Amino acid sequence: MAGVHVATTINGDAVEYVCHPRETLLDVLRNRLGLTGAKEGCGTGDCGACSVTIDGRLVCSCLVLGAEADGRAVGTVEGLASGNALHPLQDKFLEHAALQCGICTPGFLVAAKALLDRNADPSEEEIRYALAGNLCRCTGYDKIVRAVAAAAKEVRTKKAKG
Amino acid sequence: MRYAAPTSMKEATGLMAKAKGKAFVLAGGTDLLVRLKGGFVEPDLVVDIKRIPAVTKITKAGGGFRIGAAVPCAELGENAALKKAWPGVVEAANLIGSDQIQGRCTIVGNLCNASPAADSVPAMVAAGAKAAIAGPRGRRTVAVEDVVSGPGKTTLKKGEIVEAISLPKPKPKTGDAYLRFIPRTEMDIAVVSAGVCLTLGAKGVVKSARVALGAVGPTVIVANAAAAAIIGTTLDEAALEKLAAAARAACKPIDDKRGTVEFRIEVAGVLAKRAAKIAYQRAGGK
Ligand SMILES: Cc1cc2nc3c(=O)[nH]c(=O)nc-3n(C[C@H](O)[C@H](O)[C@H](O)COP(=O)(O)OP(=O)(O)OC[C@H]3O[C@@H](n4cnc5c(N)ncnc54)[C@H](O)[C@@H]3O)c2cc1C
Ligand code: FES
Ligand code: FES
Repeated sequence: MAGVHVATTINGDAVEYVCHPRETLLDVLRNRLGLTGAKEGCGTGDCGACSVTIDGRLVCSCLVLGAEADGRAVGTVEGLASGNALHPLQDKFLEHAALQCGICTPGFLVAAKALLDRNADPSEEEIRYALAGNLCRCTGYDKIVRAVAAAAKEVRTKKAKG
Repeated sequence: MRYAAPTSMKEATGLMAKAKGKAFVLAGGTDLLVRLKGGFVEPDLVVDIKRIPAVTKITKAGGGFRIGAAVPCAELGENAALKKAWPGVVEAANLIGSDQIQGRCTIVGNLCNASPAADSVPAMVAAGAKAAIAGPRGRRTVAVEDVVSGPGKTTLKKGEIVEAISLPKPKPKTGDAYLRFIPRTEMDIAVVSAGVCLTLGAKGVVKSARVALGAVGPTVIVANAAAAAIIGTTLDEAALEKLAAAARAACKPIDDKRGTVEFRIEVAGVLAKRAAKIAYQRAGGK
């Protein structure tokens, strides 16, 4: 079967790959490009563990074909930190113990980042709605919600200081 | 399976028309890819329509709106003018799935997937939305309720692709609303749903109305008798009771794990009443 040639941008870097027409973006990221941050929980759009952004929009990479990424800008959890400096969301997840087994964490981080990019000061309700597409079987969500609120505050303070 | 991403509708309908074997349009993929991965469909060709510039935009047309078939539902919620004109349609579209799903899913995909429980469809039907269809033999426009013929079945012919949904310019003093019943607040499939659109005349009297019910029949039910029950009234308690009774009488639901026949019929009446009240308020009625 003919492969599809794709030229895309991932976390700001130009990337090219050839994939099977039925292969999902999630499988391309994990199996071809070694970006194993995004996880496969369900493969059906229900758990959010595979969350990435495409042209800035949050999506489930398990429901996107690798071929669809051609010419787009993909953002994954690997792009959150800058060098050794963690993103405030990552810092606050650690500080608030917002993870246990960690399988859901990359998805939560990417979804939370997408929320903060459009809403710098989300209420608890807004955080819970924005993360409704991410499932966690360990934490009970409370610590995740608190970590996101704390990270939002941190980002706001940093911005205010310039 | 072959993947094609044409850049014009002509090319896309040509590919669909000439395809040997099973060909599917790919919009957001939130239904198609789930079915593909689950082995429920085995496409020979998938035609991705997201590279066709003409269907990736929401445009104003004659005071109304034309929503391209590749526009993700999240964009509907971000369009202030559309939200102001058709809040019920936008709310219904924004109820689909999570933020992740919203980033991909389309109202045309929701319609063409032909699930009886599709959230955006009763709202579109109530609003009088039309589907613009392109095909190898030219274009045609049909009412949204005429696109679906049964669970998983549409009236689209080989090679035909829905290009856009058009919503008319709302008449003065018009309001619409959509409500669904699910056992939780997010991420679930409607057990029953109702969309209502109404226009007021003088003194808060309902001049015209449309009522559409979801998940209580093989396709969305256009409940004309329910609409007739509130026309000429100020939506007083008696009119609302008549509306509920007519809505219930129009239901032909099935029993399944999500709800029983009795439950669905009962709730259809409740939701029709509540949606009508919201639509009435939005139309400026008190
Ligand atoms: C986790 C999850 C939650 C969901 N929650 C909801 C929910 O709450 N409410 C709800 O109603 N649905 C829900 N869905 C179902 C789905 O997201 C919606 O039906 C969505 O609107 C489908 O749109 P799409 O663009 O992704 O369709 P696609 O998957 O791209 O297409 C769906 C079908 O329509 C056909 N099609 C698509 N576009 C066209 C076109 N332009 N012309 C002709 N045929 C076309 C395709 O070939 C396919 O058969 C959910 C799905 C998931 C995975
Ligand atoms: S793996 Fe994609 S949503 Fe669960
Ligand atoms: S930490 Fe285990 S699933 Fe969330």
